[in-house]
Amino acid sequence: MPDSQYVIAAVLVAAAVTWALRALPFAALMALRDSTTVQYLSTRMPAGVMLILVVYCLRDLPLTHTRSLATAAALAVTVGLHLWRRNALLSILGGTAVHVALASTVLAR
Amino acid sequence: MRIRSTVVDRESATPPNARAAFKDSLGVGLAFVPLGLAFGALVTQSDLPWWWAGLSAALVFAGSFEFLLIGLVIAAAPLAAIALSAFLVNVRHVFYALSFPLHRVNGRLGKVYSTYALCDEAYALTTDEQARSWPSPRILWLQFSLHLYWVGGSTAGALLGSLIPDSVTGLDFALTALFAVLALDAVRNLRGDLPTPALALLSALAARLLCPDQLLLAAFALFTAGLLTRRLTTRREPSHA
Repeated sequence: MPDSQYVIAAVLVAAAVTWALRALPFAALMALRDSTTVQYLSTRMPAGVMLILVVYCLRDLPLTHTRSLATAAALAVTVGLHLWRRNALLSILGGTAVHVALASTVLAR
Repeated sequence: MRIRSTVVDRESATPPNARAAFKDSLGVGLAFVPLGLAFGALVTQSDLPWWWAGLSAALVFAGSFEFLLIGLVIAAAPLAAIALSAFLVNVRHVFYALSFPLHRVNGRLGKVYSTYALCDEAYALTTDEQARSWPSPRILWLQFSLHLYWVGGSTAGALLGSLIPDSVTGLDFALTALFAVLALDAVRNLRGDLPTPALALLSALAARLLCPDQLLLAAFALFTAGLLTRRLTTRREPSHA
């Protein structure tokens, strides 16, 4: 087990960098808030950002491996449930349950 | 009398705002619990102390990076390497400043906390159409609820991690499901503006093929550049925004 001082320092460094990235851009961008181009970007960015994050989560999926079937099925369940019921909690729990069930049993590596 | 009571309601609306924020946070936020359980369980499975999961969850509060941080810490990576990885994985947050409603958050301390707890999910929920009328306390309570779910889930996962059999895997899918749900809601807010999601997917796939090591950074940069190009070339048409 790594020593406590190091594991705490690692968290502090990561926290400082993360906060700087979250806070400092506001100072730089405040002046641009009224720009119509920034408004154009800001209405379209949330959807794009979330889609990119989905792809990021799936980046290491081995497409030729049967294990990726568990992810594909779980994603289909998540999206299907969400289009049907529009209940975020239900969609997420349903998809995750399907993934855990498949990845732990029939499609275990 | 009636006028006065509405003024008082607006001024000291903390409890109703807290309750509303808690409700807003439930759908997305509760996904933090299975995810936090997975994170905490991974922490103890990696031979790190259980309290480290809660510490990281409370201080870093950037789920996807924290999963990576476990690997870096057990490999005893230099602090400079940890700083660089944190920068590369979390640099996407600079784009959030474009639309996160920080101008609606009151007070210096409020703004400090709001930027501190500006996770992807807080960004997604507060930039949603229905969030346009949310006052400062409602935004802050929402962020605090998300923070609590994450810390609670992670700590519980670390403490109970040894109880989950090793054969049970795949809880980490909660993160994918979470972003998929947030993406569906955000795309619905675009009201038929399909080129935007198409551009985002193309940017992500291009980044995946061209520079898989820097997928997030490359995809966000391509997407932003693509939107700007589209804005410049279609400027004469009336804006949908």
